[in-house]
Amino acid sequence: MKTKVTMTAALILTLGTGLTFADGHADSAIQAAIKARQGQMNINQLNVGALFGMAKGDIEYNAEAAQAAADNLVAMANLNGGAMWPQGSDASSVEGTRAKAEIWANFPDVFAKLGTMQETTAALAAVAGDGKEAMQAALGPVGAACNDCHKEYRSR
Amino acid sequence: MVALVRWSIFLLIAGLGAFYVLTMPRGVDEARFAGLTGDANRGASAFHAAGCASCHTAPKTDFSTEPVLEGGRQFPSDFGTFIAPNISPSTTQGIGGWSLVEFANAVKRGISPDGAHYYPVFPYTAYARMADQDIADLKAFIDALPASDTPSQAHDVGFPFSIRRTLGAWKILFAGTDWVLQDADTPELIRGRYLVEAQAHCAECHTPRNVLGGLKTDAWMTGAVVPGEGKVPGIDPTSLDWAEKDIAFYLETGFTPDFDSSGGAMVHVIENMSQLPAEDREAIAAYLKALAK
Repeated sequence: MKTKVTMTAALILTLGTGLTFADGHADSAIQAAIKARQGQMNINQLNVGALFGMAKGDIEYNAEAAQAAADNLVAMANLNGGAMWPQGSDASSVEGTRAKAEIWANFPDVFAKLGTMQETTAALAAVAGDGKEAMQAALGPVGAACNDCHKEYRSR
Repeated sequence: MVALVRWSIFLLIAGLGAFYVLTMPRGVDEARFAGLTGDANRGASAFHAAGCASCHTAPKTDFSTEPVLEGGRQFPSDFGTFIAPNISPSTTQGIGGWSLVEFANAVKRGISPDGAHYYPVFPYTAYARMADQDIADLKAFIDALPASDTPSQAHDVGFPFSIRRTLGAWKILFAGTDWVLQDADTPELIRGRYLVEAQAHCAECHTPRNVLGGLKTDAWMTGAVVPGEGKVPGIDPTSLDWAEKDIAFYLETGFTPDFDSSGGAMVHVIENMSQLPAEDREAIAAYLKALAK
């Protein structure tokens, strides 16, 4: 009886270690992809923050700075993200991400939402330098596009 | 031996009798609603603050100010999976034929028109604190929305939670109309408390629960783990150090002070909160800060 328990425990330990070891490489690739896309999101935050700061009046409106921020958002929305979203890099598979597995099961909808982000940022960049009011009006839809995708595909 | 059997039978019957009486549904005082007339325009505020559409629209429906409340969204829990019912004004599949008292019993007491207990996934424990006039206005607003004939689906709940009568006991333990924030001494705090505790039911996700699913009021708004949502952050002053204006801005736009955006179910909440007047969002922020005391 005792031997059996010991054997089972040893087997589980061996298998467990083997799996962890085998996963090591894939794991670091996935973590790198997660880091990269979070970096992309951080760049978005910085630029959205600058624009909202101006819209709210916390920072004085500056046409050049507004244009630069809007252009950055356009660039971010048009990156080819293929390498940043590998299978198995969702929150139910790994730690350190809030990306839901639903992303990988709903590509057409995810790309439609990305399309909205590309359109709204382009519309923003077209008017960001034309004064505070014009920028403000075009910023709302960009914020809504952020929330809209995060509603279905990111937790919290 | 015969005496023991007799006693056992007696105790069993007495126990069942006590269970029967204690778990009987107890409705609202009908007289209080007799003279009330609802106003659909006023009801919009209660509708958005209470977040009705976030649960009762079909899955993946976009936000609308005239939503179709056909039901169908699923809510996993430790007790089973609940499916939101059709509460559109359809007279066959929805709540179109309900009287104001029946509506009030559902929203404030969690009792169906035929006298069954609703599961507290429907946050009537919060709505119990709502003012009667708001209930009337809310009904008027919902009555004016589009009707849908989509049938409601049955919940997937296992024994013993499938016996709805047990919810009568649950209500005795966890339902009440007392405020959690006892000291609200300014009009803003009173409004904030009403929005948070009676309508927006923030605690349902942001407060941890005990093994029976009751909210731990002594850990109010300190964060919790919600099935399907994961870790929900604490929003009491110890957990969240944002300024009041940051909280109000977040509730309007969905952006945190460092411009991360909201995600998951909170996006629904933002959609609702952004419909309210700015003072209401400021009142909610003031309420959250007042939890420090």
